[in-house]
Amino acid sequence: MSTASARRTNTSRAPSFPFDERDLDRFRELQQLSYACAQRVGDWLGPGITERQAAARLRRELVSEGVQDFFHVPFAWFGDRSAFRHFRTPLQFFPTGRRLEEGMPYVLDCAPVVDGYTADIGYAGKIGDNPIWEKIAFDLREYRELIVREVKARKPLAEVYASVDALIVRHGYDNRHRRYPGRVIGHQVTRMESRLPAGVTVFGFGARTLQTLGRELVSEPLHGRFPLWAGGRLSRHAPTPGLWAVEPHIGFRDVGVKFEELLVVTEDDAYWLDDDLPHVRRWEEGR
Amino acid sequence: MTTEPTNPRMITGAGVPLAVYEQGDPNLPTVLLVHGYPDTHQVWDDVAASLAADHHVVRYDVRGAGASGRPAERRDYRLELLAADLFAVADAVSPDRPVHVVAHDWGSIQSWEAVTRPDAARRIASYTSISGPCLDHVGHWIRRRLTRPAPRSVRQLLGQLAHSWYIVAFHLPAIAPATWRHGLAARWGTVLRVVEGVSPRPGHPQPTLADDAVRGIDLYRANMLPRLLRPRLRPTTVPVQLIGLQQDHYVSGALAEDLDRWVPDLRRRTLRATHWSALLEKGPTVARMVREFVAHQEGRPTPAASAARSPRKPFSGKLAVVTGAGSGIGRATALAFAEQGADLALCDLDLDAVERTAELSRLLGANARSWKVDVSDGPAVDAFAAEVAAERGVPDIVVNNAGIGHSGTFLETTEQEWQRVLDVNLWGVIHGCRAFGTLMAERGEGGHIVNLASAAAYLPSKMLTAYATSKAAVLMLSDCLRAEMSGFGIGVSAICPGIVNTNITKTTTFSGLDNAQQAAKQKRVSGLYARRGFPPEKVAEEILRAVTQDRAVVPVTFESKAARLISRFAPGLLRTTARLDIG
Repeated sequence: MSTASARRTNTSRAPSFPFDERDLDRFRELQQLSYACAQRVGDWLGPGITERQAAARLRRELVSEGVQDFFHVPFAWFGDRSAFRHFRTPLQFFPTGRRLEEGMPYVLDCAPVVDGYTADIGYAGKIGDNPIWEKIAFDLREYRELIVREVKARKPLAEVYASVDALIVRHGYDNRHRRYPGRVIGHQVTRMESRLPAGVTVFGFGARTLQTLGRELVSEPLHGRFPLWAGGRLSRHAPTPGLWAVEPHIGFRDVGVKFEELLVVTEDDAYWLDDDLPHVRRWEEGR
Repeated sequence: MTTEPTNPRMITGAGVPLAVYEQGDPNLPTVLLVHGYPDTHQVWDDVAASLAADHHVVRYDVRGAGASGRPAERRDYRLELLAADLFAVADAVSPDRPVHVVAHDWGSIQSWEAVTRPDAARRIASYTSISGPCLDHVGHWIRRRLTRPAPRSVRQLLGQLAHSWYIVAFHLPAIAPATWRHGLAARWGTVLRVVEGVSPRPGHPQPTLADDAVRGIDLYRANMLPRLLRPRLRPTTVPVQLIGLQQDHYVSGALAEDLDRWVPDLRRRTLRATHWSALLEKGPTVARMVREFVAHQEGRPTPAASAARSPRKPFSGKLAVVTGAGSGIGRATALAFAEQGADLALCDLDLDAVERTAELSRLLGANARSWKVDVSDGPAVDAFAAEVAAERGVPDIVVNNAGIGHSGTFLETTEQEWQRVLDVNLWGVIHGCRAFGTLMAERGEGGHIVNLASAAAYLPSKMLTAYATSKAAVLMLSDCLRAEMSGFGIGVSAICPGIVNTNITKTTTFSGLDNAQQAAKQKRVSGLYARRGFPPEKVAEEILRAVTQDRAVVPVTFESKAARLISRFAPGLLRTTARLDIG
């Protein structure tokens, strides 16, 4: 109990927001570019294509747009793998030979790095008709609104996580982001200033990522904060000012749908970095 | 419109005059009833009377029976001719529209011959078959089992052989006719009463019984051996409803096992009746099944409408009622039934929540509707049951799931709290069982009732006095009800989940605590249940299994199973732990 209250006092001395407008523009541009690449790959997808082919294509698209490094390698999950069904080990996140079929949902996830600026996006889609997918994709809007509302109110991140869980239960879905390593719904994104070689990955994460992340994982808890956002004790702190990649991943039966985008958290405000994204446009059109 | 049968109209079948009886408005869909051996059209009296209200009902005495002609030669009783008779009657009574055939026993055998003719669909819109298989299908059924003599196949073969002793007897020269003439015909009423459970009625059996029975022996002799030994391939595109009789002494259910091979559009239903009591005691039930099937084929909406949707799943065509379906185990159970093909009638106190469950169920392909019902309110539950029955038909499965949690010692628990816990947890189940159980028993098609008890039913705790008492009552209620309902072919299961991660903990009340303390306690217990992490979906799986396998008591989680075991072998240990301050 004493450590927890100590953490809370620490968080009152929150760091100031580390980015200026120019930085935010660079992050926004890269996020736009990532979604554009994912959407192009999504349009190209069709029955018979494998996860490996999709992930490789996504990587080629990003590299051809000037991406130099990856926060993590591009992922593609098809069918019930979009809801991480039957996942036992982290190795199962990597693309497989699973082929797309008519009616299948899919998720593309990539995190390119350019000049140390990082984007981390999730793009969900389906081949042909899938009413369950439509329903979840429609409902995801509530999660996007809930998250920014509660972060803006500066609720502890663990509580926001619990609110998301409560909404998931109310909807009758299940929480699939708890399958991610650390059960995270999001993680902090900083400007990477590593000198390690670009393009080298270890266990799917860029070498530079691991260096930066490793440093933060050690230093941040000393200030009662944690760069990974989950539901446990370590996330019982007010939202740290900075950029957070937030990825609610919702499942129902064999369908999983997610979005992932950057949330801007300042000392007294919170907003999504960009509203001009495929899932947001879809909601606007559906209104 | 006439509802009583008129005097017979004579129609010439394949060279034989047939006595045809018509009832009801000829402009309505025609239902053609074909009787078996040794009956006449009279065996349909109850069914016809019920159907005549909204159908044009036609029955006829088949050749060799009642007022129809009695050809002398055995070859005149071949199935081709009997089928030709059927088409002749259909052409005469409904020249412009195909008819809906309903047939029993030998009537069903000869109607199969008609239905499996390549041009059948032109004249026959649907076929309801009761206890009479296609002989060609049986021939293939036997061959398949002889060529793959697995223990199960052999058991099925021997089982049907034991049912078919009389067929052999009918092939013995002189003996069968003599038996009918010298005694059996006179005692047939007694046989029906004692063996078949048919209560005597004036005019039954018919005065012509001895002649009908003797003449009809040629049905067996002309057709059985040729068809069983040299079966032809007889598929059909006509939609078929097969009514399986659970207490049939002559036709075993296994015979229909391969039927999907021949009939792509097949609907199976079961009726708890013997070979003859189906028509003579449960005529209105058979009439209702025919009415629903005919209405569906005529394109009218019916409770059975979703049955024909493909692909077939274990609970396709079944209607399940789930109370407290807005969250937790209730919602998970509803979704599991939806996924397995069942249609749903759902209720909860929270209408938004249960509507959400219905919406998700529809996404899984179910036809689902939701109601706001307080299960502790008897008249409300009765009204709910009546509405469900009127709108969707009588349910096949009822899951009495709604319940609340309460924690507190006996001395702390107020009378009001006792009232509330017993009202919901016990009376809710009683109301559900009574309202739906009555409907299910009346319908006579069997079904299943599932009551949600709890591990607390056999796991005493000083902190759960009211809750455990209510759940123990549910467990005993289920056991008693199971004994009573078995007579109606209705199974009853009690489910004892244990610690399952649902929102019951968030609404659990605690005696002797103020609001803030209650909230803190709810949070603590919810956290404990969440850490246990047993999902309601796994309970739902067990509930479906309990229904399929008709299990009496189902402890679900490890702790529930362990407690049940200990409660039997070391109840003293549980009485000791009951003193602990847990819960």
